[in-house]
Amino acid sequence: MKVKQLSIFLENKSGRLAALSRALAEQNINIRALSLADTADFGILRLIVDDPEKGYAFLKKEGFAVRLTDVLAVRVPDRPGGLAEILDAIHQRGLNVEYMYAFVEKAGDDALVIVRIDDPDNAIGILQEMGVGLLTGDEVYAL
Amino acid sequence: MVWNDIEKMDREQLNELQLRRLQETVRWVWDKVPPYRQRMEAEGIGPEDIKSLDDLALLPMTTKDDLRDNYPFGLFAVGPEEIVRVHASSGTTGKPTVVGYTQEDIQNWAEVMARTLVCGGATKNDVVQIAYGYGLFTGGLGVHYGAERLGATVIPTSAGHTRRQIMLMQDLKTTVLACTPSYALYLAETMGELGISSRDLSLRLGFLGAEPWSDAMRKQIEAALGIDAIDIYGLSEIMGPGVASECLAKDGLHVFEDHFIAEVVDPVTGKPVEDGLQGELVFTTITKKGLPMIRYRTRDITILNREPCSCGRTHARIRKVLGRTDDMLIIRGVNIFPSQIEEALLAMGHTEPHYVLVVDRERGLDELEVWVELTREAFIDEVRRIEELERQIKRGIEETLGIGVQVRLVEPKTIARSEGKAKRIIDRREIK
Repeated sequence: MKVKQLSIFLENKSGRLAALSRALAEQNINIRALSLADTADFGILRLIVDDPEKGYAFLKKEGFAVRLTDVLAVRVPDRPGGLAEILDAIHQRGLNVEYMYAFVEKAGDDALVIVRIDDPDNAIGILQEMGVGLLTGDEVYAL
Repeated sequence: MVWNDIEKMDREQLNELQLRRLQETVRWVWDKVPPYRQRMEAEGIGPEDIKSLDDLALLPMTTKDDLRDNYPFGLFAVGPEEIVRVHASSGTTGKPTVVGYTQEDIQNWAEVMARTLVCGGATKNDVVQIAYGYGLFTGGLGVHYGAERLGATVIPTSAGHTRRQIMLMQDLKTTVLACTPSYALYLAETMGELGISSRDLSLRLGFLGAEPWSDAMRKQIEAALGIDAIDIYGLSEIMGPGVASECLAKDGLHVFEDHFIAEVVDPVTGKPVEDGLQGELVFTTITKKGLPMIRYRTRDITILNREPCSCGRTHARIRKVLGRTDDMLIIRGVNIFPSQIEEALLAMGHTEPHYVLVVDRERGLDELEVWVELTREAFIDEVRRIEELERQIKRGIEETLGIGVQVRLVEPKTIARSEGKAKRIIDRREIK
């Protein structure tokens, strides 16, 4: 149920993001979701793309500091309180969310959130037990 | 192995030889080079005052500015009919400095360079790939003549064309590489990208010089290329490569003292310091005819050691050059050499030693920022872990330097690689 995310180290310098997205576009790699964590000096770009292995190999070849990170794609009921319920449950089970960001597209009636949890294998079992809907990697890449 | 038994000459005999040659050289410049004579006369001394080696300290010093002021041939002791070769150093500030050699000088240069190669363990059976630049720079041709004198097989690739260098190393079974240490590292990095390991090569020795480098960098180069990396020293004003070289003991560089007299002086006062103390290296040539140099200030910082070496050579050793007086950064009154930062980075092991020092002055205070490349391997997708790595590097550098610095991690391969001497410092203090 794990989803492969591309994590890329970027300096806070104008044009870096543009250069990277152009490079991916030339390889015909489609970005499905993204999030940028930044500090004064650097940023970490997190991308869900339609073909993570290809994206990884390409960015590595281009010299980027890039990594594949395991994340989870969590279904969230699209109504007020939907996210809160899931996060409360995660918290109560002692799981630690390092970061999360929303997917633009929906999975059926549900909203979709990408979540990075410390120990993803353990988290999958717990979330499924709780009845939280997860999407597989292939389902996410094909959205 | 020793190329010439003179390298093991008894110290007293060597001193006598040095004194005789020094007296001849002083007489030579007095007769042939008016600017030297004028400065000696101004000090009230003549050739007859040089009665012992200690009297060397009576002679005025020579600097790069003297060469520039007398550009191009003002300090030459012979006319163009005697000069068979000139070299020139890059003129980053105005005119280059031009140096010239007589036929005899070229012969002596080949001799000391052959000694250098043997000193580091090379033999006539070696295949020597020379990736120092050929041309006005003395590196390429200097090593070339020495390797030919030794009888080795020479591959004169010159600098650059990195992939071709690697291909030739593989195909021609190069055993000895001669280039700058930063280029050796770049070659190793490129080999890594091409999936070529040191086991695919026949390399066993590297003769690396023309810029200061640390022992930590040596270890890295030795591991990556599977070689013994030998530090060699030279400068065009004195000769070019072949002035001093490490032996396989790697405990200081033997100065070929029957051709060059080394002194170490206080860089500020110019007064000689005791053996074993750090200072600026000063050379006097005692066999050179075309462009003799009297007490030339190299701006290199080192320590002189006259103890005999385990290799059997009696010629004095200089400590691996710690930095240059003009590379030396003075930050808030503290002397800093880029090589110290390199040591600190390599000791931590998280990054490649690709770094730039950026010095700036904010509200009257010097600020030192160190830009370091983050490797793909060291990158972790967590902001706090990267910030922790930055802090760790900062602490490591601060412990080494004793002053506060800022550290900025930059993307891999964004710091310019050099094929010659690495540029490590961006000083923004003057242009404000």
